[in-house]
Amino acid sequence: MTGNLRLLTDTLAAAKHAGRAALITYLPAGFPTVDDGIAAILATVDAGADVIEVGLPHSDPVLDGPVIQTADDIALRGGVRIADVLRTVREVHAATGKPVLVMSYWNPVSRYGVERFARELAEAGGAGCVLPDLPVSESGPWRRQAEAHGLATVFVVAPSSTDAHLAETAAAGSGFVYASALMGVTGARAAVDEAAAVLTARLRAVTDLPVCVGMGISDADQAAQVAGFADGVIVGSALVSTLLDTGDRAALARLTGELAAGVRA
Amino acid sequence: METSHFFPAARGGLPTADGYFGGFGGQFVPQALVAAVDQVAAEYERAKADPAFVARLEDLLVHYVGRPSALTEVPRFAAHAGGARVFLKREDLNHTGSHKVNNAIGQALLAQRMGKTRVIAETGAGSHGVATATACALMGLSCTVYMGETDMRRQAVNVARMELLGAEVVPVTSGSRTLKDAINETFRDWVARTEDTHYLFGTVAGPHPFPAMIRDFQRVIGVEARRQLLERTGRLPDAAIACVGGGSNAIGLFHAFLDDPVRLVGCEAAGHGVTSGEHAASLSAGEPGVLHGSRSYVLQDDEGQIREAWSISAGLDYPGVGPEHAHLHESGRAEYRPVTDDEAMRAFRLLAVTEGIVPAIESAHALAGTLQVGAELGPDAVLLVNLSGRGDKDLDTASVHFGLEAAR
Repeated sequence: MTGNLRLLTDTLAAAKHAGRAALITYLPAGFPTVDDGIAAILATVDAGADVIEVGLPHSDPVLDGPVIQTADDIALRGGVRIADVLRTVREVHAATGKPVLVMSYWNPVSRYGVERFARELAEAGGAGCVLPDLPVSESGPWRRQAEAHGLATVFVVAPSSTDAHLAETAAAGSGFVYASALMGVTGARAAVDEAAAVLTARLRAVTDLPVCVGMGISDADQAAQVAGFADGVIVGSALVSTLLDTGDRAALARLTGELAAGVRA
Repeated sequence: METSHFFPAARGGLPTADGYFGGFGGQFVPQALVAAVDQVAAEYERAKADPAFVARLEDLLVHYVGRPSALTEVPRFAAHAGGARVFLKREDLNHTGSHKVNNAIGQALLAQRMGKTRVIAETGAGSHGVATATACALMGLSCTVYMGETDMRRQAVNVARMELLGAEVVPVTSGSRTLKDAINETFRDWVARTEDTHYLFGTVAGPHPFPAMIRDFQRVIGVEARRQLLERTGRLPDAAIACVGGGSNAIGLFHAFLDDPVRLVGCEAAGHGVTSGEHAASLSAGEPGVLHGSRSYVLQDDEGQIREAWSISAGLDYPGVGPEHAHLHESGRAEYRPVTDDEAMRAFRLLAVTEGIVPAIESAHALAGTLQVGAELGPDAVLLVNLSGRGDKDLDTASVHFGLEAAR
């Protein structure tokens, strides 16, 4: 069975065709429980998410700020396993038909078995992986399996990346390029850094892949601002934070709806 | 001091250009850090080739650190080690009290070369934090040290020292609140601020070029000890023994003996025992995985989640180990044996009462290994041990462990 890279590409193209950016939402699997996590993700899709990122919780999330660290912690203490992450992907894709990516640090994928993980993710209907701590230079084994199983390889680039790195990374990736809006870890910020627009423009010069921007985006205004120059707007911590603070899926849906309106503004 | 002796011999040329020692090492960092890590690698290559840098480093090692450090024979201790002759390489006598200063001075000079004004570091026992705070005070660099809350409690003396030296000590409250989490937090700081900040990593782990560069800065330990022992005894040791957490003092000792017929023995922290689940013996009981930027042996579950380590020694309390040690372990060139908390503390006290030297609890693991190796090799053996640090910082822990008056 082949993965849903094509669906991801088509979804981003359709949003572009409609003259807007896609909304990409992130929630970790198993947070607060596996079933409640699935229900939360389904609520974001109902409220307008176009592409789903499912986080694979990790003991050492070095690129995440306190909000996602806390959610990962809750999920791991609840005993979340990779099988639960894959079930989350399967159920969300089956129920919505949307492209679903897994975001994971490299060690769990490597330890689970790169071929096995790629095969099972494709079987679950997954569209690919975002691997934030896997640089292109170490990514050969993953990319071979991703290609064999029809999965996207989404690399995260940052304002500090050189032009040569950007070109190399974009050439090695598929689906889209994840442009980090700022230098730093995940978490809401008061304003969108102007580095995001600059980085997006630099990427446009070296790739035809869609450019989606994430990190620090937390409300409709910021989403609208980023949608003005990017193909996709990625929101994670703000959604996780809403669930952490309120435990209320209605509040989560409300925020997602505002963000969905933002990318259409 | 002989010129340039801290730089590596050409042996095997490891690591490879992409930072691999056999199947271990590499550069598993987010793209946001690639440029910063590449800058460190490039600047280090330039620095090595720059006679002015080498001269400045050697001048500081001699006149500030106090190198070469002494080599002390310890016959009353050795009587408990099968009667072998035992020599201690006295890194505890360095300024700041441990081997960590060798690397801290080297990297602080490199930070200056790169035009960085701010240095960040992780610390476990506080030895690396103190060494870094010292080097930063000396060179006028701003210094922030991340330290697990648990470690701040058990190494309170070193926290005070860092603060006196002008460093900011930031408590880390995530995860196990020890060294692993302090490293996570330092990486989080760095990724947000590479422009003016150098991450002065403390051990031979992390992404390339840190394992090779820090080894080079620590290599002086073995180079000096090898020469000192030859002068004193006319022969090489039968075994060179060191404790291994991340492994910087051990690789610094081992490297000068790689081509010699000398057994290399690394002593890992076995905590309450390797079968107890409460230990830090990554090579004895871990498996290959990626942690903090390189592939090496790590303590992890079957799905790649990192396990919490345990050791009475905050400096060894780490679920990973440097990639060159993983390579030496797999190739069989070095052997790694677990030493429990109790074994280490017995050796700690034994050295104090037989020789008047209070070692760091980290180094006491090497001393416990020495008692074992001496018993195995018998009275004709000559053993070289790296006494990587002094025990002043550990007096509270030791007082409680031994039920001393001071703890009552």
